[in-house]
Amino acid sequence: MATHEFAAQESHAHGAPQGFIRKWVFSLDHKVIGLQYYFLALAAVFVGMFLSLLMRIHLIWPTLPLPILGDIKPETYLTLVTMHGTIMVFFVLTTAPQGGFGNYFLPIQIGAPDMAFPVLNMLSFWTTFLGFIVMIAAFFVAGGAPLHGWTGYAPLSALQSSGPGEGLGADLWIISIAIFCIGALMGALNFITTTLDMRAKGMTMMRMPLTVWAWFVTAILGLLAFGVLLSAGILLLMDRNLGTSFFVPLVTINGQLTGHKGGSPLLWQHLFWFFGHPEVYIAILPAMGMASQLLSVFSRKPIFGYKAMVYAILGIGFLGFMVWGHHMFMSGMSPYTAFAFSIMTMGIGVPSAIKTFNWLGTLMRGRIRFTSPMLFAIGFVSLFVTGGISGPFLAQPVLDIQLHDTYFVPAHFHLIMGVASIFGIFAATYYWFPKMFGRMMSESLARWHFWFSFIGTYAIFMPMHYLGMAGMPRRYSQMTEVAYLHDLIPLQKFITYAAFITIAGQLIFLVNLFWSMFKGKKASDNPWEATTLEWITATPPPHDNFGGHTPVVHNGPYEYNVPGAPRDYVMQTDPEIEPAH
Amino acid sequence: MLDDDGVLPPVRGGGGDDGSGPGLPDYAARLRRARLGLLVALTPVIMLFVSFSSAYVVRQGLPTLDPRTNALVRDWIPVTLPKLLLINTGVLILSSVFMELARRQIRSKATSDPGVFAGDQMRVSWLSMTLVLGLVFLFGQWTAWRQLAANGFYVATTPSSSFVYLLTGTHAVHLMGGVLALFVAGIASLLRRSVATRSIVVDVTAWYWHFMAGLWIYILCLLEFAS
Repeated sequence: MATHEFAAQESHAHGAPQGFIRKWVFSLDHKVIGLQYYFLALAAVFVGMFLSLLMRIHLIWPTLPLPILGDIKPETYLTLVTMHGTIMVFFVLTTAPQGGFGNYFLPIQIGAPDMAFPVLNMLSFWTTFLGFIVMIAAFFVAGGAPLHGWTGYAPLSALQSSGPGEGLGADLWIISIAIFCIGALMGALNFITTTLDMRAKGMTMMRMPLTVWAWFVTAILGLLAFGVLLSAGILLLMDRNLGTSFFVPLVTINGQLTGHKGGSPLLWQHLFWFFGHPEVYIAILPAMGMASQLLSVFSRKPIFGYKAMVYAILGIGFLGFMVWGHHMFMSGMSPYTAFAFSIMTMGIGVPSAIKTFNWLGTLMRGRIRFTSPMLFAIGFVSLFVTGGISGPFLAQPVLDIQLHDTYFVPAHFHLIMGVASIFGIFAATYYWFPKMFGRMMSESLARWHFWFSFIGTYAIFMPMHYLGMAGMPRRYSQMTEVAYLHDLIPLQKFITYAAFITIAGQLIFLVNLFWSMFKGKKASDNPWEATTLEWITATPPPHDNFGGHTPVVHNGPYEYNVPGAPRDYVMQTDPEIEPAH
Repeated sequence: MLDDDGVLPPVRGGGGDDGSGPGLPDYAARLRRARLGLLVALTPVIMLFVSFSSAYVVRQGLPTLDPRTNALVRDWIPVTLPKLLLINTGVLILSSVFMELARRQIRSKATSDPGVFAGDQMRVSWLSMTLVLGLVFLFGQWTAWRQLAANGFYVATTPSSSFVYLLTGTHAVHLMGGVLALFVAGIASLLRRSVATRSIVVDVTAWYWHFMAGLWIYILCLLEFAS
């Protein structure tokens, strides 16, 4: 093992746990909690993926009875849409990159023995887990799961009689999200306090890896956004169960007045999207951090423009709170307001472009190692650009009104928020698996997984843009009976077949993950020859992360190919060098 | 440059801040971390009430359709707040003063001798009085709700009464968190935790309590003057 400078460590806040329950269930260790989050997200992603598969099958064979569900009615299809979106956004895209990898690696990457508040950290996970159980329970209550979409627009979501699934199922949906918010807030509190207060000596803010910056800013976004979503959820529950009218105007159902009046459905939209747009960045910022990290490691070059990357993360986080109105162009808002939101939205393109060009700059003239983490990191950049490029289209109110309720929008957000973020998760899994489990994943299986996922993703979502531009509406369960959409049915079939193949490709990942845990090749402490602090400690890391010491940091996180250095990377704990950039 | 076993003067935390020795972080460092945690934790509470406030302002200005006349009318009927709320406000402010006295008392002990365990210095008189006044405040709020109901204002009677119940209820739930923290401080005393540990619990609880008092005054002003 290379020599690294250490200092005496503050006593670990809690001793190494003994026994299965304390070690693996109610653990205070951030690494175990990170794994718990990761496997929760893994379970959730397969539930969400299964729901999407049912949707895709129904779209091309609408009369075919589905397993478990039988004949699919339009409202059942909407239930699938709702639960797929909710589970994916909250319990996968928010949970895995931040709760999973952030929990595991943030303390190690800043040289801390644990999170600032370990008990709160444990509570954060179990709260999230409870939220997931409550969400799944919505399937099994009378009336089933709700059908109001993951955005829960009122008054559909605010009236128990507005449709099947809008009774107890919708209450559970709201309660689940409220529980999730509380868990996420506890997690954010820990991330921020730990980053600000527990960095090792020499780990200045500008020496933090970009992954840490991404987790830190994501936590700030969560802190500001989830409180607002929680407030909206409370108001919605009151409308549904106490007869208040925050979101429900004077409305009739089947000719009967509901008893509500004066509420504003747009108020829900404002509150929801004030959370909802930052949520996009909550999902993707950690993936951006991971991509930055991996592109530098596997290009054997310092990240291009470290400071610019940091300011771009901050800029994206800040602007993310200014643009929620672009989700509401259809609501009839003032053109002047729409114009302002449009300009702000396009403004986000600036820090996004800075990041993209810096990633390309990092790759340029690098001695690229095409490992599986690197493939997924490059795949992330590709998907981020492809998905992002349609953003300025939708940022134009006049275009958005045309495209909003078509397949163009799901194509856009699945690429940029969904799959790009998932590619970040895959990249991080392949990269950090050796550190987490002490073994390497199968590289050949990983490559198969990459090509299935990469080609499959494009095969699914690129045609959706064309469907959208051709006017195919989203959220409709049956389109085979609609004459003007007949010509598009072959494309829908192609998308469904592509989804079959892509989902089958994910089984390769699953096999690789569990096989490698037990049978993979033993990993060394630093198999990728990377520089950050997780690679100076044992594999897997000990309970207190650094074996009773605290590292002392002298260098930045991306010192590769430094002239005069004995090897092509300089660890953060190595003696200070003159930065080459 | 040292190997794994090498030990330099101890350092930790805060990206290069000097520490004062091995072992648990010192009192100042623990206090700083706890306060920082509290500051961060208060942010979503602020966001929660900011969004309630914005909903309050928006809802107040919305017209509604009268199905009988088919005309747009205002349905915002201001609620006359019970006078009891003023008394409750006084009680909460007084409890905040007691809480501050408790914080200062135990902090002076903690900075002079942080290792001392529970003894005579661990009197909980100020804390007990704070706790009692906190419970009195909560009971007073409950009584105010009953008065509102007696006057015909229930949760769904008018939009303004909905907000009165919403804001006072949410504040009460948060204050219960403070009451729980006071119990924790009391338990820490019973468990003979060090003065430093208790001081940190009391300090953080005190700031939270002051925040709750300030928040209540804000809510009261919002309900009274922004209606």
